[in-house]
Order: sequence, then C-alpha cells, then structure tokens
Amino acid sequence: MNRREFLKTTALGSMATGLMTIPYIAKGAGQKVIVIGGGAGGTIAAKYLKKMDNSLDVTLIERNPDYYSCFMSNEVIGGERKIESIKFNYDRLKKHGINVVIGEVSGGDLNAKTIKVGDKSLNYDKLIVAPGVDMKWGAIEGYDEAASEKMPHAWKAGPQTALLRKQLEAMQDGGVVLITAPANPFRCPPGPYERASLVAQYLKAHKPKSKVIILDAKDDFAKKGLFEQGWKELYGYGTDKALIEWRSAANQGKVVRVDTAKNAVYAGEMGDEVVGAVVNVVPPQKAGQIATVLGLTNDAGWCPVNRKTFESAQAKDVHVIGDACIADAMPKSAYSANSQAKVCAAAVVAALQGKEMVTPAYTNTCYSMVGPNYGISVAAVYNYKADDNSIAPVQGAGGVSAKDASAEDRKREMMYGHSWFTNITEDMFG
Amino acid sequence: MKYLRTSALALACCGLLFNASVFADKDKDDDKGDKKEKKAATTAKPVTPRGLMLANTCVGCHGQGGSSLGPATPSIAGMAVDTFTDAMKAYREGKRPSTVMGRLAKGYTDEDIAEMSNFFAAQKFVRVAQKTDPDKAKAGKKLHKDNCEKCHEEGGFKDEDGSSILAGQWLPYLQFQLADFNAKKREMPEKMAKRLNAMVKDNGDKALEEVAHFYASQQDKKDK
Repeated sequence: MNRREFLKTTALGSMATGLMTIPYIAKGAGQKVIVIGGGAGGTIAAKYLKKMDNSLDVTLIERNPDYYSCFMSNEVIGGERKIESIKFNYDRLKKHGINVVIGEVSGGDLNAKTIKVGDKSLNYDKLIVAPGVDMKWGAIEGYDEAASEKMPHAWKAGPQTALLRKQLEAMQDGGVVLITAPANPFRCPPGPYERASLVAQYLKAHKPKSKVIILDAKDDFAKKGLFEQGWKELYGYGTDKALIEWRSAANQGKVVRVDTAKNAVYAGEMGDEVVGAVVNVVPPQKAGQIATVLGLTNDAGWCPVNRKTFESAQAKDVHVIGDACIADAMPKSAYSANSQAKVCAAAVVAALQGKEMVTPAYTNTCYSMVGPNYGISVAAVYNYKADDNSIAPVQGAGGVSAKDASAEDRKREMMYGHSWFTNITEDMFG
Repeated sequence: MKYLRTSALALACCGLLFNASVFADKDKDDDKGDKKEKKAATTAKPVTPRGLMLANTCVGCHGQGGSSLGPATPSIAGMAVDTFTDAMKAYREGKRPSTVMGRLAKGYTDEDIAEMSNFFAAQKFVRVAQKTDPDKAKAGKKLHKDNCEKCHEEGGFKDEDGSSILAGQWLPYLQFQLADFNAKKREMPEKMAKRLNAMVKDNGDKALEEVAHFYASQQDKKDK
C-alpha cells in the first residue's frame, strides 16, 4: 500500500466507523498475497481477497496481457461468435487495488517465500497458484508444440482457436474433421463434445457433405446422453448421413500417435490410420508447468490440496486452485475454479487475520451448446467432508438437464448459458 | 507507524462490513402498528461470513451483487427475504419450473437459504439498458396500470409481499415467467391468476409480451 492508498483507505474507513462498532482488530494489514495466473481462478482469488480485506497487498501475475476465455471459444470455432468477444484484459482489476504484473514466473523458493518473475524476486506471505493446464506433449506420439501449429489443440483459447477456425473455413465440402478427446481428468470434460456439436452445426449449414469424427480415449463422457440426443435431433447421429460419429476407446477410438505430414492420427489397438482434412487434437493434460517447477504436483501431474482451504499438501502457505488442483467430484471447469477461488480467498484472509475459517460452499454450473437454440447444462452443489478431506456433491441435488426437456427449455438453457458467460467474465475482470 | 497501519486496517474492515450489512428498515417497523391484512415482511439480518460464502457461489451466474448483465439470467439483487426464500423453496420442492435452479436449490438447507437471502436483500438492483420495443412497452404500461399495479407498485420497482422487482428485469426472463404463468406451469396467487387470465382473455397473448416489454424498459423510477 502506498501513502495515497493508505489515506484513501483511512478516509473510507472513517466514514463507516461512525455507524459501526469495530468487531475485531484484523491482523492482515499490508500482508502480501501473490496470485500466479489470471484465469478463471486467479482473477477471482485476487479480486475477492481485496473484497474481503482491502488492506492486503495483492499482486496478480499473468504472462499474457490479453486473456481469451476457453468458455464460449467453441462458438468462435463454430463461427457463431467473433474472437474479440472472448478477449479480456486486466485493466479494470487494477481499480480494485490489485497490482497486476504481466510477466512469467520462472520459479521460486517456497521456504524463503519468494518467487521469481523475470529478474525480480517477489516475497509473499501467502501464494495462490492458479496456472490452469498445460498439454502433456509427447503423451500422444508425435504430438508436440510444433505439431499443434498444424493440428491445433485449441484447448487454450487465443491463436489456437483462430487457427482451428481458419482451417475449418478453408476446408472443402466433403472433408473429415477429426477431434481427439483424452482420458479423464482434463480441462472442460464436455468441451470436446460441445466442439463437435458446433463444428457440425457449421458443416450442416455450409459444408453438408463433411463430417466430424470424435476419436475418444474413453467409453463414456460428460453429458453423453444429452449430447447424443441432441446429435440425433440435429445432426443425424447414428444414421449413414450422420454429421457426427463418435468412436469410443472400446471401438478403437484411442489415439496413440499422430503424423502431421499425412494429417493422420493412429488409433486403437492396431493403430489404425485415420486421415482428416482438419485434425484437432485435445491431448492429455497436467497442471500448468509452474506448479511442477514449484514442486506442487504429484506423479500424475496434478496438485493435491487441503479441500477446505486449497492449501497445497506439499507446501505451506501455498494454495492451488482451478484446473491444476485435485478437487474430487468438482470438474475442471471455469465455474469450479471460480468457486474454489472464493473459498481459497476466504481461507487465506482468515489465516492472515488469525481467525477461524467459515464453512466452505462450492458449486459448479456448466453449460454446453449443442446447436441453434439448444443448450444443456450440468450443475452441482458440494460440501466439504472433514473426515476424509474431500469435496462431495450434496446427495439429491445437481445433475444434468432433463432428458425430456422441451425445445423451449433447451432454448432457455442456451440463453442462460450466454448469461453465465457475461456474468462470470464480469466477475473475473470487472 | 505500526499503530497507524493496524488502525487503518480495522477501519478498512469496517468499511467492508458496512457494505455487507443490512440495516433494519425503520419505515417498515413503523408500519406494523396499523395491522394491515398484509403479513409482516421478514426483516433482513446482517450478512454473516457464511452468508457471504454462500452468496459468492450464486454471483458467477446472477452477476455482481446479484445484478445480472443478461441477456436472460435474472437479477436477484434487492429481493426481499421472503421473496427469495419462497422462490428457493419452491425450486427445491419442484413447485416452480426451472432449467437449472431446481437442481441447485436442492443442495441448500433452510438455514443456507436464509443466509443467502440476507445478502441479496441488501444489494442494490443495478439496471442495464436493454433493447425493448417502445410500442409494446407503451401498450404494456397501460396494461400494467389496469391489471398489475395494485400489487406491483411503483412501476415494479419495489419488491413487496412477494411482488419481486420487475422494473429493469431482463426481458427474456420476464417472457419466460409470464409464459409459465399463462401455461399454468408456475403457480400464481389467486388474485394474480384472475387478473392475468382476464388480461389475456381481453387482449390476447400479446398482452404478456407487452407487459414484459414495459417492465424491461423501466430503467429509472423518475421516468415511469
């Protein structure tokens, strides 16, 4: 806090004192919290830390000056939405008193409570790491970062999203679009299937002789019943004119190798060659690399945490939220990250003020678009279970949209999904 | 200096609590004396840390402080405690149709709902300009005066006796709810059912569209 901010805070506080009695003397003043990563979790953690205790010195470090949301990026790929509409920046977050640093964290010394950004060393009292995911390059033979320039993953939005869209636009009618989906866990479990839907929507209108083939490392997927129902209604799923075909792991769908020169993938036990005009590889993932650099990941590449506070099981005073952390029943979704960030911020503020943390509350709400005026969702409310340090869904609540929902309800869900997007991005960047 | 820093913090905290607090509405208390037929409204209590924790899970969809940026998800800021509580319980018990809210409401206890209601009752309903049809809104204004105003007082700006704040609510949401009322999918108070049925009988389904445009177009109390 600089002198001017100090004066401002005092003035604001004085106005309130006339009306309120002071309930406690907080101990958080001026303590430093650093948040690494300005996505669905990191932005919220930084903002809610300031909302909960404005005296904290909060720094948000993000390597990209612009943020492209993965959420709704499938609408960009399908041509329904311009990429500018999923582009955000950090300017408005500064107005909450958050120090925004655009730079890359290269490492740190968690015992000394410092991290390195460029040639600077920053110290913290609490560190929140929200790095999202990184691709496991090489997990599919031949699929590395260079290959993603030919066969985009588009699983981080931005240039990759634009590239995949460009390839679809350039594709001739009659082409086959391959989408490969990884095994669990990965970011946005319904994402590959929403993408297949919106690509099919584009093909149906513009390139009707084409089709999408999903090659899957799984035999089941998120919202499967609803997607398949929608695909039958909209894209002839299951017929010989189908615009979408899904090949499960049991049906030789698991991709083991790619060849960018041939634009081919190799799937199943025999490594059958499947050639696509456009190949979108969603590879296996792990916590963002910085989590591993800081020693926060387990052997599988994800971060074990205390489920009540999101404090790392492997480092004191360091918290991990969002896609990178292990949160049991909570999927790796933007809303999960949002919810976890708020719980984490409350835990950090309580710890810095020497108070008991309040019972956490977590939710997830996630929409997928299947076609024009056709949205579906999954929702859940979770509780913390102290006995086994887990996050468990409240029994009898949550679940997916009704299987027999009316066309009107599917339309409403599409509109609520778009509202979800405007409101969650305002929560992040507003 | 240490003292100064600590006191600045304490004061800052006060500011926060002040923001989140709800002060009992003195006017309402004064009203109690004249024993109207109206059921006394439940007064919002100060927001607890748990209430804030719970409310934080709602605002990702319903917007900052419960004021939605649309295009369809309703703003829930400024909702009276009773309105909020009744709505959540109706969702939870499957008495009110919904897409996602029924599934979510089942996850919360009575106590959770009470905690959340205190938070949203204390928030200001922030209106965002939206596109409405001026002719429909004009026709809707007359329909409102003739049929709705007795309960939806002051152009729908006030939430009293479960009337909800309608002024500046998102148009698609108003349309969805009116369609559900008209199709008898969502329950109405007896008086409202009578009025709404008569309004639709006399003016056709377009009446619903017109009142929806009227309420959605209401941005400033002074304009009504």
